[in-house]
Amino acid sequence: MTSPDGRTSGRGASRRRALSARAVFAGPGLLYATLFMTLPLLLILVYSFFTRGRFGGVVWEFTLDNYGRAFEPVYVKVFGTSIAIAAATTVLALLLGYPTAYAITRLSPRWRTVALILVVLPFWTNFLIRTYAWIILLNSEGPVNTALVDLGIIGAPLGLLYTPGAVIVGLLYAYLPLVVLPVYASLERVDRQLVEAASNLGASRTRAFFDVTLPLTLPGAMIGAIFVFVPSLGNFVVPELLGGGKTVMVGNLIRDQFLEARDWPFGSVIALFVVALLVVLFALQAYISRRINGRQVSRA
Amino acid sequence: MPRVGWLRVPLIVTYAFLYLPIAVLVVMSFNASKTPFTWTGFSTRWYGELFSNELIREGFVNTMIVAIGATVLATILGTLLAIGVARYFRSSIVEAYSLAPAIIPDLALAIGLLALFGLLGVTLSLVSVLLSHVVFGMAFVAAVVIARLGQTDASLEEASRDLGAGAVTTFARITLPSLAPAIVAGALLVFTLSLDEFVVAYFTDGPNTPTLPIVIYSMVRFGVTPEINALAALLLLVSFTIVLSAQRITRLTDAV
Repeated sequence: MTSPDGRTSGRGASRRRALSARAVFAGPGLLYATLFMTLPLLLILVYSFFTRGRFGGVVWEFTLDNYGRAFEPVYVKVFGTSIAIAAATTVLALLLGYPTAYAITRLSPRWRTVALILVVLPFWTNFLIRTYAWIILLNSEGPVNTALVDLGIIGAPLGLLYTPGAVIVGLLYAYLPLVVLPVYASLERVDRQLVEAASNLGASRTRAFFDVTLPLTLPGAMIGAIFVFVPSLGNFVVPELLGGGKTVMVGNLIRDQFLEARDWPFGSVIALFVVALLVVLFALQAYISRRINGRQVSRA
Repeated sequence: MPRVGWLRVPLIVTYAFLYLPIAVLVVMSFNASKTPFTWTGFSTRWYGELFSNELIREGFVNTMIVAIGATVLATILGTLLAIGVARYFRSSIVEAYSLAPAIIPDLALAIGLLALFGLLGVTLSLVSVLLSHVVFGMAFVAAVVIARLGQTDASLEEASRDLGAGAVTTFARITLPSLAPAIVAGALLVFTLSLDEFVVAYFTDGPNTPTLPIVIYSMVRFGVTPEINALAALLLLVSFTIVLSAQRITRLTDAV
């Protein structure tokens, strides 16, 4: 039955079998993702072109007004604030996350595993609780202020909570692990021989790092940056709890349009902006990643 | 630890930053004082109060219903999806599509699902939350199982087929046992994710059946109470335990 002849004549049958195996295994999951991910996102796209219903939903009258409204000064200001805060968070996350990932690669294999688990662990805990912890920490009677006053660094408690700074700290706390992991993964892939070659050719360790390691890990750092920047824009909990509602970000705007103003089409436009940004940034990352890897191959 | 020199600085800063807030929260949950910022003595009073809080208890039951249901469904769908993608499709586009629900911004997914349920005339309830949690849960299970499939040898399955075992026998006797650790780990991760998930639940839940994170959100919005500290400490313990178990089972640190 398993003779070579049997195989050739059964090629059509085995192809059919492979197709049905695809359908049986991947079918239900792909269908589910299409129904509960793709369809909802397409629906948001469709809604963005129609008129708002009175109690949420839409009236099926085509319009481009929702896109026009996004350019009103009130909303442009929200976009500006959001991008500034998300960018500040991303820069801080890279400044802290990159050296941390680098330091982890220098640990012994056993400690490396422990260190990585410790980075990931908080990420899997309740996000509201992690944000809530900062309400306690930054409160005027909280530990940070008490410590600063006791040490004589400040005379009276500072108003740390309900500031843009508190929002940045909260977002950094939420997304820092998402920078460390991809940077660590890309550092692991860097060919040690390239770094050694640079040293052998007379480059200092600092020079070898900036000329070889850093460019090669840029794609990983970009992935990390995207994982911080985009969710920061869409986060409405941190601005609300740590910003005290004074810092309005894109996420708050979307939430309010859907749950309070009941303007689903306009909320959809803003949400699409966030999704589109994610797609564009990933495409940019893929392009840069290919160029850098291409260069590495042609050099080798 | 080997010599890392100045590199110790970022390590210390990062781990202090990540764990000090959690430590403060846990310590404060044992504070006897009613004002949550000043320490007046050790007490387990707030843990007791927690269990007599009707809202929290209700939220806990709702969350368990969603988390258990979503875990079962997501584990089955995610495992099958992973096998289909890694063994039969071998296409990076199909793989990316399968894992996309884990990367799509939660708020975009949440409003999309709200719109979909509205269009279909589905009344929002724990069922709509459950169905929504399955979407990204499935992707996380698939990610963990695909990573495992990359480490196991497909030739065992081929040998089984060549020796005359049917597709079902091969799946049950060869594929499934070798994937068991990854499947269990994936299930544990989905369970924690669902247990702690707020944004999607907030948009897809009905008004009369709040999940625990929704209860916490409404409590936190009105200020800090010692009860939340106790609840927070307990939830941190649960998540830590589950994730560390999953970690022990797979020893996959990079399957986030």
